[in-house]
Amino acid sequence: MPVDHTKNIIEVHGVSFGYSDDLVLEKVDLNIHKGDYLGLIGPNGGGKTTLIKIMLGLLTPLEGTVKLFGEDIKGLRDWSKIGYVPQKVINFDVNFPATVFEVVAMGRYGKKGLFHSLTRDDNELIIECLKQVEMYEYKDRIIGDLSGGQQQRVFIARALAGQPEVIFLDEPMAGVDTQAQDQFYQLLKKLNRELDLTLVFISHDIEAVINEVTEIAFVNRRLSYDNNPKAFVKKDLEKLYGDKKFIRHNHKHV
Amino acid sequence: MFDLFQYSFAVRGLEAGIVIGLIAPLIGIFLVLRRYSLIADTLAHVSLAGIAIGFLLNINPILTAIGSTVLSSVLIERLRISKKVYGESALAIFLSGSLALAVVLIGLAHGFNTGLLNYLFGSIVTVKPMDLYIISVLGAVIVTAVLLFYKELVFITFDEESAQVSGIPTRLINTCLIILTALTVSLSIPIVGVLLISALMVIPVVTALQFRQSFVRTMIIAETVSLFSVVMGILSSFYLDLSTGGTIVLVALFVFVAALIFRRR
Repeated sequence: MPVDHTKNIIEVHGVSFGYSDDLVLEKVDLNIHKGDYLGLIGPNGGGKTTLIKIMLGLLTPLEGTVKLFGEDIKGLRDWSKIGYVPQKVINFDVNFPATVFEVVAMGRYGKKGLFHSLTRDDNELIIECLKQVEMYEYKDRIIGDLSGGQQQRVFIARALAGQPEVIFLDEPMAGVDTQAQDQFYQLLKKLNRELDLTLVFISHDIEAVINEVTEIAFVNRRLSYDNNPKAFVKKDLEKLYGDKKFIRHNHKHV
Repeated sequence: MFDLFQYSFAVRGLEAGIVIGLIAPLIGIFLVLRRYSLIADTLAHVSLAGIAIGFLLNINPILTAIGSTVLSSVLIERLRISKKVYGESALAIFLSGSLALAVVLIGLAHGFNTGLLNYLFGSIVTVKPMDLYIISVLGAVIVTAVLLFYKELVFITFDEESAQVSGIPTRLINTCLIILTALTVSLSIPIVGVLLISALMVIPVVTALQFRQSFVRTMIIAETVSLFSVVMGILSSFYLDLSTGGTIVLVALFVFVAALIFRRR
């Protein structure tokens, strides 16, 4: 059955964040539809991560409302439809004693709830997710011993293990080498097209993002949105950044 | 050579020591990985004030120690969340504040110096039959709680933000961990003493971390190191007439250094 791309799964309405005289986000509106592959771009300090954290309930906005799956975020009890891949590669403890399998298993924990341990079905699903991201052979390795790209795929597998409908990724390419990045984009495309997963993807690599995503939002205190990323970049981006150097700086030489 | 098992106080000490050797790294692994080791030391100092209150009021000092540490642990966590003071400063306030209270209380009631010294550095002779009962029951409670909350504790320790997003009640689990820490510290005091308890929670875990194993295996290695240190420490302290807490910690340190050298090859 085809995905209903008109169905709103996340509705951000009039959201502001920060101090009233120094806003990080101002009156932001954003609808994310089922099956979207949304790239969230903008300068550093422009509020990308803040916006994602508001949508995940980690930060409470100064004003405005956020609805996830039609329900106000304040009352949301069932978080299992949401997957999250944090900016992990740069700030996680490489000495942490956990195998790849143990890390992916964490993705099931929220879904199981307190006092329930993992069953054989859970273990099978974890293995399935590891295969999905092509990391099954590494299941017994210590997470800190892997490369940045491999770690990031493990974190994707962890998000998949919760069987979410939408996955948020915060700068997942940080610390990942170029070749692994290409592989990673392939994986994301597969998740979006074959598994119908909705993806919300923060990046500062505009060039790469516009070739991958189907919707784009530019955040710099305010938000501009377009469902034609390439046209959007051509006509609006230089104006929005107000600094042409920034765009050239990110140009990938092929 | 005389036999340890002929002396009921020594057997009690050994039994209590084994329970403590079991629970200290079980809680310690979460504290070490969350860079929270100092909390154990802070709560140990808080417990000293509790012990002094126990002496003054003629109540079993383990019970007053438990009361004071559990109460303070919750207050420290509140203070840390409120962000009115840095987490580290909250620890410093409680550490020195409770030491000040303990010193004043000890001054108020002169004449329990030898008893107090045993609580500072630990001794197998400190463990009364009632103490062994308390240690065993609460030790079982701690082990059960860690098993019940194992997956939540691991997830929060690895990545608190993702744990919160996936719907894990992080606040509840954090409070739970800090109360379990308070209990572990209080129970361990008769054996290893106020000044040495954090060593028993930290050193076996840091030793196990040198081997870069899975979480479960790291826990098993830490348990082995801890139990070995406690048993060796108590035996040598009994036969060689050395300080119990001191010997336990020295054995643990010895194993740690051996692991470091072994891993460097």
